Amino acid sequence: MSNPKPIIGVLALQGAVELHKAHIEACGAEYLAVKTPAHFAQVDAFILPGGESTTMLKLIERFNLWDSLAKEFSKKPVWGICAGSILMASKVISPAQKAFGLLPITIERNGYGRQLESCHVQILGYEVSFIRAPIITEISDDVEILSQYDNKPVWVQLGNKIASTFHPELNKQYPSPMHKYFVDLVRENA
Amino acid sequence: MGKNSSSSGVINIKTGLAEMLKGGVIMDVVTAEQAKIAEGAGAIAVMALERVPSDIRKDGGVARMSPPDLIEEIMAVSSIPVMAKCRIGHFAEAQLLESIGVDYIDESEVLTPADEEYHINKHDYKVPFVCGAKNLGEALRRIGEGAALMRTKGEPGTGNIVEAVRHMRRINAEIKHVCNIDEAELMTLARDMGAPFELLQLVRKEGKLPVPNFAAGGIATPADAALCMQLGAESVFVGSGIFKSDNPDKFAKAIVKATAHFDDPAIVLEASKELGGVAMRGTEISEIDEPMLMANRGW
Repeated sequence: MSNPKPIIGVLALQGAVELHKAHIEACGAEYLAVKTPAHFAQVDAFILPGGESTTMLKLIERFNLWDSLAKEFSKKPVWGICAGSILMASKVISPAQKAFGLLPITIERNGYGRQLESCHVQILGYEVSFIRAPIITEISDDVEILSQYDNKPVWVQLGNKIASTFHPELNKQYPSPMHKYFVDLVRENA
Repeated sequence: MGKNSSSSGVINIKTGLAEMLKGGVIMDVVTAEQAKIAEGAGAIAVMALERVPSDIRKDGGVARMSPPDLIEEIMAVSSIPVMAKCRIGHFAEAQLLESIGVDYIDESEVLTPADEEYHINKHDYKVPFVCGAKNLGEALRRIGEGAALMRTKGEPGTGNIVEAVRHMRRINAEIKHVCNIDEAELMTLARDMGAPFELLQLVRKEGKLPVPNFAAGGIATPADAALCMQLGAESVFVGSGIFKSDNPDKFAKAIVKATAHFDDPAIVLEASKELGGVAMRGTEISEIDEPMLMANRGW
């Protein structure tokens, strides 16, 4: 059974939330900014957006959201972008911090350096942005690499869990191929 | 790596970082020790400066860019973005900050201006800039010069939110006005506001500023942060409020909490009860001598 109009929840504790709306709607799905357990239960899938992973992590713990999010993540598709990909990793370095362990990858925070190293690149012929981006430094054999840049995996998938270290949402050509890929996956999973 | 400039239709890399900083609190810090407290409390970024605004008011003298070694120490202990302030028009200080490798430069009226006529040409830099504004014309002039993020000027170091509210409401009202007038009136408005015409056209098309707009200047309580966010600020800068309060760690955490749930009074109330002491003592704007009105610095 495929769900023609799934609800995609963007975790709205902090970060680049609203920019996903136009991309999600262009895929024919529904956008919802979510920050409480009542919201989490309503959505068919999650996007963990770009922002500051330390801030998000602290808010998740301070608002006691860890368990309810972990439970939802275990049964629904999740796509983490930049800071969101850090929250999904099984191991975070530089510095070490807690994560949900949704993907067997090791991720190095700000691996490419500071803002002066931020840049635009083409992935699948679509312009995306690396902003103080993390690097996926280790990856388990069962994780599929959807795209590489500079000989490093930048867009990876295992089952219904996807991580990208770049931002497609800053491009105003809707939808991005990455949003389309994710919404298609959500539809197939429903 | 890839390129620094973007194709049309893609938010540029400088404003891209500002997009990532939405929905959070940027905290003024003077030392690495304070930077650690700020990051631990959940700040999205820290702002390095020589003295917090309330001390600049109290002690007087010329307020300059923070000493480079202090900024480097702050960068060394921070995993979140580090911003630093330079004086209005002091492009050599900006060059130093870019060489140090800070993530954002605030060309700030909090410091003593170096140039009373010209602001920095911010297009010349790879590092992004944030600037303050009291009204739409001023915001668009700064964006015209290359600012990638705007903030209200407010009246820093006072713990008095009235000026930040005035600036946020004024910019909102002027944006609505730009959207409502006849297109034929736009050039006259550009002349009167002293705003670049093309940027005014863009505001009219999008119904908002071309870059994010944060609140700054006088935020001293969780309720102040919630007020600014509900008025349309997309994040808040907190200066003297945190490290001039009784318990900076608790205070910083409370402001972060209130900002994340600015539209839920029950959570803002909870945050207000967790302050761990009283807020900084505030200053009535009319008690300030004219040369120390920071919002009037720059044009």
